[in-house]
Amino acid sequence: MLKRGSIQSHLNLKDKILAMDFVLLSCIIILGLISFFAMYSTDGGEFAYHTKSHIVRFFVFFLLFFAASFLKTNFWYTTSIPVYIGILILLILVKYFGLTSSGSQRWLDLYFLNLQPSELMKIGLILFLANYYHRISAGDVNRIRFLFKPMVALIIPFILVVTQPDLGTAFLIGVGGFIVIWLAGVKMKYFAYFGLILVSLTPIAISFLKPYQKSRILTFLDPSRDPLGAGYQITQSKIAIGSGGFFGKGFLNGSQSYLDYLPEKHTDFIFTLFSEEFGFFGSSSVLALYVVMTMRIVSIGNMVRDTFSKLYCYTFATAFFVYVAVNMGMVLGLIPIVGAPLPILSYGGSSMMAMMLGLGIAMSCKIHKDQSIN
Amino acid sequence: MINSTGESKSKLIGRRMFIISAAKAVVVFGILGRLISLQINESKKYKTLSDKNRFREWKFSPPRGTINDFYGRQIASNKQVYQLHIIPENSENIEILIFRLKNILNLTDKKIFKIRRKIKSQKPWDPVVISDNLTWSEFSRINLFLHELHGAEPVVSVARLYTEPSSAHVIGYVSKASKKDLQNKEYLKDKITTSTRVGKTGLESKLDIQVLGDVGYKRYEVNAYGKRIKEISINPGKAGKNFKTTLDQEVQELASNLLKDKSGSVCVMDIYKGDIVAMVSSPVFDPNQFVHGINNENWNKLIKHRDKPLINKSIAGLYPPGSTIKSLAVISALENDVFNPKTVIRCNGSIELYGEKFHCWKKKGHGYMDMREGLKQSCDVYFYEVARKLGIDRLSETAKKFGLGEKVLDGFIEERSGVVPNTSWKKKFIGKNWYLGETLHAGIGQGYWQSSPMQLCLMTAQIANGGYKIKPRIILNDEESDKFSDLNQFIEDRKLFADDVVSLYDFISKFKYRSLFRNPENIKFVIDALYGATNEPGGTSYGSRLTKKGFVFAGKTGTSQVKRFTARQRELEIKNEDLPYEDRDHALFVAFAPYKDPRYAISVVIEHGGSGSKSAAPIAKKVIKKVLERHPLRESQTNGEIA
Repeated sequence: MLKRGSIQSHLNLKDKILAMDFVLLSCIIILGLISFFAMYSTDGGEFAYHTKSHIVRFFVFFLLFFAASFLKTNFWYTTSIPVYIGILILLILVKYFGLTSSGSQRWLDLYFLNLQPSELMKIGLILFLANYYHRISAGDVNRIRFLFKPMVALIIPFILVVTQPDLGTAFLIGVGGFIVIWLAGVKMKYFAYFGLILVSLTPIAISFLKPYQKSRILTFLDPSRDPLGAGYQITQSKIAIGSGGFFGKGFLNGSQSYLDYLPEKHTDFIFTLFSEEFGFFGSSSVLALYVVMTMRIVSIGNMVRDTFSKLYCYTFATAFFVYVAVNMGMVLGLIPIVGAPLPILSYGGSSMMAMMLGLGIAMSCKIHKDQSIN
Repeated sequence: MINSTGESKSKLIGRRMFIISAAKAVVVFGILGRLISLQINESKKYKTLSDKNRFREWKFSPPRGTINDFYGRQIASNKQVYQLHIIPENSENIEILIFRLKNILNLTDKKIFKIRRKIKSQKPWDPVVISDNLTWSEFSRINLFLHELHGAEPVVSVARLYTEPSSAHVIGYVSKASKKDLQNKEYLKDKITTSTRVGKTGLESKLDIQVLGDVGYKRYEVNAYGKRIKEISINPGKAGKNFKTTLDQEVQELASNLLKDKSGSVCVMDIYKGDIVAMVSSPVFDPNQFVHGINNENWNKLIKHRDKPLINKSIAGLYPPGSTIKSLAVISALENDVFNPKTVIRCNGSIELYGEKFHCWKKKGHGYMDMREGLKQSCDVYFYEVARKLGIDRLSETAKKFGLGEKVLDGFIEERSGVVPNTSWKKKFIGKNWYLGETLHAGIGQGYWQSSPMQLCLMTAQIANGGYKIKPRIILNDEESDKFSDLNQFIEDRKLFADDVVSLYDFISKFKYRSLFRNPENIKFVIDALYGATNEPGGTSYGSRLTKKGFVFAGKTGTSQVKRFTARQRELEIKNEDLPYEDRDHALFVAFAPYKDPRYAISVVIEHGGSGSKSAAPIAKKVIKKVLERHPLRESQTNGEIA
């Protein structure tokens, strides 16, 4: 595929490599390296299962990133709808054949990987909607008839994921979708109407929430409510980050994570561990890396001319930023615990796959910015 | 497919992206601000919280301070004990382990049940104490099989050891802290650990705060589940303070042996310093059984025993003082100028007053006698007359002055203050007016009187030292050791005055002793009469006198009625020995020795022992002999200490 893609293009492989955004590429590599160290630390300073598996996944999906980058943007444009539908089918399959863990049915067993289609849907929905708004005229964007399809495309995966149940991922999928719709130029009033409907539905939604989800929200509002239960994670995470101080406790010296006070330390709370060991110096550096990445993707969006690429790059940059902000906000106790991984840093194959794919497509937009879509 | 209005679409997207970018900037600063606030501004607070998470302290008790006698002989010490703990987490199969241990140690099903309950109630890595006092053979059997007993941990620890059963009451005992202890004893808060034993009675209770020492702790790093990861630091704590008492263990032992198979008490006191040389209660009990928890059977034995072995009769046993009160009656009568000691009264064996017949202990009567003879022969009829003239309120005032009716020692929770009856006391506690007849009974120490052997000993000491107030003590503090250095000088000097008793008393007053008399001659009169009671024919304790030079003592017998004799019993001349045990009289004897140059006072009480002269005085004689024999050693020890 990679070969065929490069042959079809009038750019050769060398041209493509040179056309890459090296700042973005460097950021990915640096984050990757940081993630290896962080994972090594979560394994208690041993080259154990999580570290090994994370490094392998990083390299495998880093190849995916290159492959995605070298494929023409037009390829991604034309495959948007099949990709979306494919992931949707996977989501439906999860409902029937999915693996259940901690009360939530999210994974498909593919033998070499437990695939979490909801992670892929983050990219799939953006592709689908970018494609949609690329095709319709500016005048049609605000016609009710044309609002219907994007809403359906957004709501179906949202509901499928919410009912897994996985509120966090569903929320992040929804955010991606709304950003595309917003950027495409849908009038504010429709968002206002939607917001009103949402608010009026809130009581009903609350009645559908699982008890643990309700308690998470209440605990966020008052962490001292149940310091050893749901508030425990927020409290311990804040203690870990705060106790890191300016330069941190040092690599492998994060007592909070080392002594198991941190829950989910290799997935959702990896930033906590890193902040504890490397302090403000480390945590602000990681934040800076993500900000630079976001800005680079936005700048790709500024370069490209066609609506699909622009919508995709802007939306992906924003969604990527939201993933980072939600994860950090969560571990810093700014927002409720929703269960959102930190791109690239967190352990998790599907998330890594989705992020690498998303970044690859953005890079493809950069490489093929002068080629038109049809 | 390509949109013709791509340009305007692009512009709109760009405009909206700008808004999003602005929002992103706000979020970035929000996160950055939060990082600054947590990691820089509040970092100190979170570091503390993190350490609080990380470190946990395990407290352990240091060994209790020892309690020794005057010569440094240990009365309460510590011994190595062999214990068995199990750590459930370390055993592959806890049931098999319990089964094996049950066979090796012959554990009862009840004990097994308790162990199981304990295991369930705590974390799997916390040790469960299977036994805190294994015998050596049990301990070696455990060690023999140890390689098969995963999770079992033999532990060598220290526990309280009492080697001197004769001092069981004065020392008291330790036991596990009860809920009540934890509530009532403020000091236990920072001193308690799982292995702490707290003082329950006697000196163990009085000195508990200091004897306990300061708990040590081991600081461990623990994980989120509370499991110890590694030891960070260790603080050995501070061993409890050792105490030296005024007791002489050899006298304790002798007294205890003399009281064997009897129920009663012996108290010996230095009449100048107030040092308690002996304080023995009988029957004794083994305080060691409380250290590791007494079993029900032994507890019931102690509780249901006729002679109440757990009671320290020296300070918690209350008895009517009987004739021993007569010395005070004389002092009171003379001090108040209500009686001329030359007054002669004829005793016919009884007198009739206020329509009631009052008997003398000597049925046929003593004949004519003056006050000295009356006290010497303990004539009841004479003292009916003394009491009648004196009145109860004046007598009770004198009695209180000499230490009756109030606690003698500080900090002994079991000590009781007794009763010194008078008119207002009766009105208040019994709610009735005082009858004149009761004054007569009070004059011979019967009726409402309640006093402890220690009070009687103090009373005698304060007569023997010439009528000066002393404060009895049992603990030799560092601060108090030179309080009596003047006294030692005095005792040296007094040899020069040996015959001039009055000037000796003046000498004592120099040392800021508070006098209890108006006229020292009155005290001297009593001392002289008591000499007669022991050393002249006709005296009540003549049979128990010591004649060797320097060992001559003076004392007063007493017999306190448990049940009043009925007229019929009197007619039948029923002897005390023929009465049921519970109805027999208590025998009392108080004395001071040596008569010349006195140093010690003693009180002996034998419950239901019959008459004081028959059963109490002979014991006192033997104890006095021992005390006086050991006196030079005690003096050299004291002087050596001061030098």
